[in-house]
Amino acid sequence: MEFGFTTAAYVVAAVLFIQSLGGLSGQESAKRAVWYGIAGMALAVAATLAGPGAGLWWLSAVLIIGGGAIGWVVAQRVQMTEMPQLVAAMHSLVGLAAVFIGFNTHIELVRVAGMDEAAKAALEGFAAVVAHKTPVEISILRVETFLGVFIGAVTFTGSVIAFGKLAGKVDGKAKKLPGGHLLNAGAALISVLLLLVYLQTGSTLALLVMTLAALFIGYHLIMGIGGADMPVVVSMLNSYSGWAAAAIGFSLSNDLLIVVGALVGSSGAILSYIMCKAMNRSFVSVILGGFGGTTGPAMEVTGEQIAIDADGVAAALNDADSVIIIPGYGMAVAQAQQSVSELTRKLRAKGKNVRFAIHPVAGRLPGHMNVLLAEAKVPYDIVLEMDEINEDFPNTDVAIVIGSNDIVNPAAQEDPNSPIAGMPVLECWKAKQVFVSKRGQGTGYSGIENPLFYKENTRMFYGDAKKSIDALLPMID
Amino acid sequence: MKIGAPREIYGGENRVAMTPDSALQLQKLGHSCVIEAGAGQKAGFSDAAYLKAGVEIANTAADLFAAADVVVKVRGPEASEVEMLRSGQTLISFFWPAQNAELLEAAKARGATVVAMDMVPRISRAQKMDALSSMANIAGYRAVIEAGNNFGRFFTGQVTAAGKVPPAKVLIVGAGVAGLAAIGTSTSLGAITLAFDVRPEVAEQIESMGAEFVYLDFAENAQDGAATGGYAAPSSPEFREAQLKKFRELAPDIDIVITTALIPGRPAPKLWTADMVQMMKPGSVIVDLAAERGGNCDLTVPDEKIVTENGVTIVGYTDFPSRMAAQASTLYSTNIRHMLTDLTPKKDGVIFHNMEDDVIRGATVVHDNAITFPPPPPKVAAIAAQKPKEKAKELTPEEKRAAETAAFKTQTRNQVAMLVIGGGLILLAGLFAPASFMSHFIVFVLSVYVGVQVIWNVSHSLHTPLMAVTNAISSIIILGALMQIGSGSFLVIVLAALSVFMAGINIFGGFMVTRRMLAMFQKS
Repeated sequence: MEFGFTTAAYVVAAVLFIQSLGGLSGQESAKRAVWYGIAGMALAVAATLAGPGAGLWWLSAVLIIGGGAIGWVVAQRVQMTEMPQLVAAMHSLVGLAAVFIGFNTHIELVRVAGMDEAAKAALEGFAAVVAHKTPVEISILRVETFLGVFIGAVTFTGSVIAFGKLAGKVDGKAKKLPGGHLLNAGAALISVLLLLVYLQTGSTLALLVMTLAALFIGYHLIMGIGGADMPVVVSMLNSYSGWAAAAIGFSLSNDLLIVVGALVGSSGAILSYIMCKAMNRSFVSVILGGFGGTTGPAMEVTGEQIAIDADGVAAALNDADSVIIIPGYGMAVAQAQQSVSELTRKLRAKGKNVRFAIHPVAGRLPGHMNVLLAEAKVPYDIVLEMDEINEDFPNTDVAIVIGSNDIVNPAAQEDPNSPIAGMPVLECWKAKQVFVSKRGQGTGYSGIENPLFYKENTRMFYGDAKKSIDALLPMID
Repeated sequence: MKIGAPREIYGGENRVAMTPDSALQLQKLGHSCVIEAGAGQKAGFSDAAYLKAGVEIANTAADLFAAADVVVKVRGPEASEVEMLRSGQTLISFFWPAQNAELLEAAKARGATVVAMDMVPRISRAQKMDALSSMANIAGYRAVIEAGNNFGRFFTGQVTAAGKVPPAKVLIVGAGVAGLAAIGTSTSLGAITLAFDVRPEVAEQIESMGAEFVYLDFAENAQDGAATGGYAAPSSPEFREAQLKKFRELAPDIDIVITTALIPGRPAPKLWTADMVQMMKPGSVIVDLAAERGGNCDLTVPDEKIVTENGVTIVGYTDFPSRMAAQASTLYSTNIRHMLTDLTPKKDGVIFHNMEDDVIRGATVVHDNAITFPPPPPKVAAIAAQKPKEKAKELTPEEKRAAETAAFKTQTRNQVAMLVIGGGLILLAGLFAPASFMSHFIVFVLSVYVGVQVIWNVSHSLHTPLMAVTNAISSIIILGALMQIGSGSFLVIVLAALSVFMAGINIFGGFMVTRRMLAMFQKS
């Protein structure tokens, strides 16, 4: 009877979660969608607390409220530029929780196995569920637990490293221990062997060693991936945290966990796919780190980078009818979004057509730029994605590139030998004039020379993005 | 060093090589400036304006040549001016060394260095000192204005209470710098503008300026401007015939023709023949920018404006830039200043004549008592060679349909293959796994399917909120912890409690931050 009620609550919760993700298809419906998610979560937690199998509900409630308070405060205080770090940090929590729950299952399994029939009958809660399993089901349970712990552990250390890299606490460059991928492969192989051992014996040691191996894989895998590939990494970890939840759901025979885990897992996987597509690289090559081998010498870049001062940029902006702004990670680093927004407001007030072009991998998180611009009160209907705006560049007077580099690199189209050849890029060089706001003459994350900077219609506007834009503002009249 | 600009002595030349503005910039390079009295008068720059900019005034040309270390001029020097050069002095001006061998010899005999502005190589870096282009730009603009002046009608079409005015039809032959400037001016005045060039790669530039490119259906016309530094090369007789035929077709409709076709080192090609002029309507205007090199039109008389028997005006002026002296002087003096900037690499007022530099080497025709013309080819190619453009083939309806069917077939094949493999795997699992597992497995597979369908529709701009919300709901893992927390052993309770706590952080943090982000998205 009670069981039936819990299941019903889970069904409703699952529908609410699906609605919540589906609602994200548009900005307005998204505002409603987040409440569906909250309602779903509240219902699921309440039903579990009230339902069978749960004990110590007051302790649970206290812990939820305590954790919730921390989460609430963090969420209120976090800067929008710090969003990638926050997301990574949260993934690590899910990963760690999955590891703990997996271990719990194992502990229960061991405890129940040592009991006689009478004691088993007296068990309550989760232990009782375990007690009623057949040997085949026990084996399956072991595989599921093992998988849950493995994925959870990889997610945990991976997310911690990703957090460190995004927050600048760990060097953002790709680093590998000597031995490189062989170490990862070795650790993975050990895990597989341990799975067989664990399946046969149910030994605690095997589970522990595997956990260590998985923690190492998570650490080493993400250490080997550089800063600009972070959008893929974060969405991949997002996916993992979902799969971990699903695996735990299997081991606990909880359908809601399975449903939500699968939703989150596929969502992260799709995001990773979109990001990889936007860089024209395979998922594997991103995860293995570094760029693929080039087929020949890169095209030589000729010409010179011509600098321009704020006066020149302001004059061009005052004359322009249509302007496209291309923000990148540099804008986030310089915290220039407010200045950019002010510039946009001023230009729009003069009746100019100002739009933003967002490359899918701009920034360090999928959709990072959109959030920053939204925070700075740039209306979302002038913020367009690459496919929507790429054809408009030839009819644009001025394109302003703020802190992006590889995503506007014409070598991707012109030079078949370039490491980024074939990557879809924003064709800003087709605009009549291009201004590039950039700190100095260096190359971007990938170290690839950018011929855009040498084009005849390109002027380099050197300096910190925020200071440069602020210098422009008083000159726009 | 002292930079000096004499008055131009060539008849009708109004330009001057130094303006008060450029003098100020030159002083920033550490140079001092001197100008001959009245040199800027015709371009609208008074001696007082120069004085105010800190420029000395020399009373006569002789004084100026004596005072200046570097003489800057517009027109190439007259023999009398070359006589005034002294050893070690530098002259910067147009020179046309190929046509002026005696002047070259004379300059060499005087021991002076000559930098010819017309010899600046056409590479990106040297564009800022490319005086030919800046003057051609003015000529192109002025040509349209001159045509309008002689054309008795509006450029733009109008429907007025007093009747309908058709727009003027302008044909521009040769889309170099002058041609493109003329196209821009003509389209902005509202005329229907057609343009022709033998280099097919400029079609894009022509269309970008708002004119219509006159296509010539001719197989061999793959001329590549890159080989000749952006200029056209002579074309084959067959090509010329096809071209003239096209022009004959157009001639009766065209109101204004502006010809700008030049081939380096040759007389201007005859493109607008007498019979085409015959075909044109009375009142039409032809402006021939190539008049100095013989003209593109058969009937052009250099430096004169004539009206033919059938009432077509043919303008053959050769001094368009000089007719806009103020503008031309401003641009030319800027070109000169850029040249001097390159010649003064340390900005300390000392000229360093670096013959290793492509631009300086190319432009220098006399140096160190030797004639250094013609220069060796520059190290950097002027313009990247045009890549053969692959034409997007226009598919016939049948081909299109065939392609669509093929795509549909592969799609079907892929989908069926995926379904068969996926289904097979699931069936295989079902053979071994117990029923309790399979019932969960069905839920899992369906959820993945639903997830994929739903997530594809999420808009790109909401990817960050999506991550935050999936993050929040992935803490559904809290259910696992809640189920275990009451389940006996102490270790289990501790681990479960920790999990609950962490998931709690995640739930609230995730949802709150998503809500905060979504609230920021505003419509304009």
